[in-house]
Amino acid sequence: MSTQPFRLPRGGRIDRARPHRFIFNGRAYSGYAGDTLAAALLANGIHLVGRSFKYHRPRGIVTAGVEEPNALVQLGVGARSEPNLRATQCELYDGLIATSQNCWPSLRFDLGAINDRLARFLPAGFYYKTFMWPPSAWMQYEHAIRRMAGLGTAPEERDSDRYDKRLVHCDVLVVGAGPAGLAAALAAGRTGARVILADEQVEFGGSLLSGSAEIDGRPALDWVARATAELDWMAEAKLLRRATVFGYYDHNYLAIVERVADHLANPGEREPRQRLWKVRARQVVLATGAIERPLIFRDNDRPGIMLAGAARAYAHRYAAVPGRRTVVFTNNDSAYAAALDLIEAGGPVTTLIDIRAEPQGELADAVRAHGVEVIGGSAIVATSGRHRVKGVEVMRLTPDGTGVAGPVKYRDCDVVCMSGGWTPAVHLFSQSRGTLAYDSTHGCFVPSRAAQATHVAGICNGAWTLAECLRQGFTAGTAAARAAGFVEVAAAAAPPAPEPTATPPRILWAVPSDRAGTTSKHFVDFQNDVTVADIQLAAREGYRSVEHVKRYTTSGMGTDQGKLGNIPALGVLSDVLAADLPSLGTTTFRPPYTPVSFGALTGRDIDALADPIRVTPMHDWHVANGAIFEDVGQWKRPHFYPRAGETMRAAVDREVTAARTAVGILDASTLGKIDIQGPDAVTLLNRIYTNGWTTLEAARCRYGLMLKDDGMVIDDGVTTRLAPDHFHMTTTTGNAARVLGWLEEWVQTEWPDLRVYMASVTEQWAVATLSGPRARDVLAAAGTDLDLAPTAFPSQSMRQGAVAGMPARVFRVSFTGELSYEVNVPARCGGALWEALIAAGAPFGITPYGTEAMHVLRAEKGFIIVGQETDGTVTPLDLGLDRLVSKTKDFIGKRALLRPDTQRSDRKQLVGLLTEDPNEVLPEGAQIVVERRPEPPMPMIGHVTSSYFSPTLGRSIALALIVGGRARHGETLCVPLLGKTVKVEVAESCFYDRDGARANG
Amino acid sequence: MLRIPCPYCGPRDETEFAYGGEAHIARPQNPATTTDADWADFLFMRKNPKGRHRERWMHARGCRQWFNVERDTVTHQIVTVYRMGEPPPETPR
Amino acid sequence: MADRTQWGSPLDAASWPPRGIFATVRFEERPFVGKLILRGSADTREFLDVSRAVLGFALPTTANTVAVDGDLAALWLGPREWMVTTTPEREADIAERLCRALVGQHAAVTDVSDGRTVIRLAGPSARDILMKGCPLDLHPREFVPGRCAQSQLARAQIILHQIDETPTYDLYVAPSFARYLWAWLVDAAAEYAIA
Ligand SMILES: [Zn+2]
Repeated sequence: MSTQPFRLPRGGRIDRARPHRFIFNGRAYSGYAGDTLAAALLANGIHLVGRSFKYHRPRGIVTAGVEEPNALVQLGVGARSEPNLRATQCELYDGLIATSQNCWPSLRFDLGAINDRLARFLPAGFYYKTFMWPPSAWMQYEHAIRRMAGLGTAPEERDSDRYDKRLVHCDVLVVGAGPAGLAAALAAGRTGARVILADEQVEFGGSLLSGSAEIDGRPALDWVARATAELDWMAEAKLLRRATVFGYYDHNYLAIVERVADHLANPGEREPRQRLWKVRARQVVLATGAIERPLIFRDNDRPGIMLAGAARAYAHRYAAVPGRRTVVFTNNDSAYAAALDLIEAGGPVTTLIDIRAEPQGELADAVRAHGVEVIGGSAIVATSGRHRVKGVEVMRLTPDGTGVAGPVKYRDCDVVCMSGGWTPAVHLFSQSRGTLAYDSTHGCFVPSRAAQATHVAGICNGAWTLAECLRQGFTAGTAAARAAGFVEVAAAAAPPAPEPTATPPRILWAVPSDRAGTTSKHFVDFQNDVTVADIQLAAREGYRSVEHVKRYTTSGMGTDQGKLGNIPALGVLSDVLAADLPSLGTTTFRPPYTPVSFGALTGRDIDALADPIRVTPMHDWHVANGAIFEDVGQWKRPHFYPRAGETMRAAVDREVTAARTAVGILDASTLGKIDIQGPDAVTLLNRIYTNGWTTLEAARCRYGLMLKDDGMVIDDGVTTRLAPDHFHMTTTTGNAARVLGWLEEWVQTEWPDLRVYMASVTEQWAVATLSGPRARDVLAAAGTDLDLAPTAFPSQSMRQGAVAGMPARVFRVSFTGELSYEVNVPARCGGALWEALIAAGAPFGITPYGTEAMHVLRAEKGFIIVGQETDGTVTPLDLGLDRLVSKTKDFIGKRALLRPDTQRSDRKQLVGLLTEDPNEVLPEGAQIVVERRPEPPMPMIGHVTSSYFSPTLGRSIALALIVGGRARHGETLCVPLLGKTVKVEVAESCFYDRDGARANG
Repeated sequence: MLRIPCPYCGPRDETEFAYGGEAHIARPQNPATTTDADWADFLFMRKNPKGRHRERWMHARGCRQWFNVERDTVTHQIVTVYRMGEPPPETPR
Repeated sequence: MADRTQWGSPLDAASWPPRGIFATVRFEERPFVGKLILRGSADTREFLDVSRAVLGFALPTTANTVAVDGDLAALWLGPREWMVTTTPEREADIAERLCRALVGQHAAVTDVSDGRTVIRLAGPSARDILMKGCPLDLHPREFVPGRCAQSQLARAQIILHQIDETPTYDLYVAPSFARYLWAWLVDAAAEYAIA
């Protein structure tokens, strides 16, 4: 195992007492607890960590945070393996295994690197230009491109981890625990408000963790420790570390992913790996910090070239120096502070190149005092070194910054620290639809007008000094708490934090080079390999909108969403177009801020919990008796009950035949049931159903059709009058909630004067339906005090009494065409009722039947199923149910039945179909034509809505909606199928017992 | 996700509510004498404004009451809510 | 319904897992609790008076609150809707007395004792577990004993009633959803499991 040659002998926030071993690309290394993978790699002298997306150029670690474009790794193996993780964010644990992505066969020798030499053939938009024609070839190209570009490998095994999800409400959510966020949380928390402070890092402190700032005359981290301790002590403050706020949605709804166990080598079995927090905050304080920008100079992507702030973080926080000979290249002050920190930590800095002319002031003096060569008004025009930067070439910038001149200076180095200024992390603010304003001094967008209850503080709000960050933090926290209704007892002032006076940066988007026409190696977007030349090309080809340029060049479309490159890309575009940068706008920021695993988003809603599985009181019997289930909405309903060795067809035939010749039993508990009471209940029914209800006597049942006001059928069912102003309505299984909502809507919004109340009783009653010639015998055998004689208990009536000792409502209504009793008992008795009827029915050959047999039985009778024979475009007239449409009263949908559209003679009408070959069962949904032509198109005049083999008739039957169908009785039509044409004859939609004698006997 | 103040229960998450389309659409008093064109207008024509919109919602998973909401379709700001049968309150622009 | 051997509740099937033992929360089903939906207008004096006479206490007219007296409780469900709960098998008597007293008024009583079952959650972690799937703000500043609400838990519709500060909650759920919800609760409580 390697030692850690670049680890400093002391310092850093790592735990040297807890060494961790890890494997990177097959080799073993060591690091310490507190390291990130990137920090540990740098401590081991490893910069080369990946290959670029398009050109497969060697790439190194550029940043120390979420904005990392290059150091993407595949972490772990097997089920826990996860691709596309940023090494800068992976906390090191003992036994960690990581591999580079996007290289083959190995990181150092990558065949794809040939793309770099072919770069001039792969300009911006090359996908669109090269691979789009012929269209049929795109699939193959895409496959090859994806393999070349591969961004890691999705694990093939099942994810073995648990994920948690929870909702939380708070008064003030503070995002970011840097100086401004901590200050805001303190100010808000002291008022007693419910505060959540979320930060993506392992520990609070933000930028203070990576520098040597002072607050109140002491190291800033002392203040961080005190602030954190105070927050910890507050009963109503919730502190979330390793928690990224990734989405800011409407009405202050934000989403946070907390990495609970990602940093553990052996997470607990019951502990979630990640937790998704869905936060509803009265007020939000965004203190999201800023992201340092790279400088866009030639060959700025070699391993060893990194952001100055990142180098500072590695040296200061992780005690890992990036190299032994450091060159700094900057356009602003912050790189000076970084250089001083590096030097202090023990990382030598040899040369500092500043785009600004004649660097003066405290910082420049301090750097010079350490013997650093400071070259002002100059730029790096080229770099060398393949797997690691070896040297830079420096020239003087022309006064306007568009060119370079004079002699070339060579400087050897193994690290280049660059700083192109800072971009406030306005992502969340922008997601919340807050507007941005351009700060031309610092070359960045800052929050302007909030769209929600949002406060912004710190450098993300353009506070460029620590003192200002703290001041804004306290102010924002106090204001947020006050807006949420909490006032601080004693106001706290922000502590002082002196800093050297600042010199403004000099914005130079594309750093010129002495080599003409070579902007193709000035990388703007490292992850997607987008260069200045690509943006220039897009502009030349006529793209003006920043959104179009983004898509054409793919700038900002990587997994890092252009956190580094978006602003420089915009700057380059504004230079090319000679347009004001703010006039180009910015691309839209969308959630998530950083990628979120599917596991976290899904939480526990997987497998059996993916969607509720609704079961009836008889469910366990169905399971024990071998039922095969069908999903009907969320319900599990028995589809059929196969006996050993029986096919589905054989089982269904047997079940249908039993119901026709002996007796069957169906679990109909899922039927929607609504209790309707009130003196105006009958008026409501008259308006809701197409047929009339006034004359229905007590204890009698009637079938009804429900329409929308556009005349289309939405539900059907049997409703029973229990008492003069008390009804029991049944609905289709899938429509139970919808119909209740429908009734409520009319009563509450249109007819508030109706004195009627509705209540759902769907689940109050368990229902077993006995159907078949022996149904009466079974009911009698089960034991009942009801007089079952046809005269005493006729068809279409209801009786209340005892069945098998249970209180029951028995409805004599039939959906099969056979003598049927729907036995309703309180749900608690459902299981017992079912077993009692099965036992009582044994001598009569009682056979449980499922939904498939139910469908066959009703189709033999031509009974419709709403949602199968209807699809929201079918009127009762289309169904041939004119007899159910009242001529005398008004009802919902009546007027629409007189519209020209519903009166058309060429509307589709319900008919029966009989295939020429009685054994041919048509597929449902099959289209119907008059005549089969050799080739499409041919006019389609209808489609099959239901189709089964009918054991009763010994042949197939189908229902269909056909243009002018009822006038076509006896006609032969064609159903074109793949490889054959089926001839069908149009028939009556009722195939069996047309006069209904069987059910009414 | 919106936070909708039910006039009966107070603010609840959008997932508890069902949307009911544009509010204050008067159903013609006498459908039989309404022309085809007017009936079609009642059935099918709806406003789709960019900005303030009065619409109906039902607290479907709560108190099951229908009520009216004035909402800005651009910002999703809920300007006001009021019960069925109440006139729309004057709202400052 | 005297023959209790014929009764079954959605969560009592012996064959049906999952169960669990949790350090800081306890779940149990309270089967067969009597439940009546009572409809009427709180604006009508007569309705309120008659209800009070039968129940022995006033119906709560503040939204989402509960009035309790002995083994009777009334949960506000809507502006004209309450759920009256009572011990198993007492509901028929209460329903009959309410119906008789409300004759001639625009009111309605519907027995829904079997239309929902009750899962009781009690223990220091109960609130946390509910917050894993319930959009209500259950913080003690916002939701206290004596409060109720119709809402959702995971993908099931529920009526939630906070009983005490333990906290203890009663969760009313349709029987068809009960097993789903129970399994969801057991999964959500996994991090508090001790066996
Ligand atoms: Zn409500």
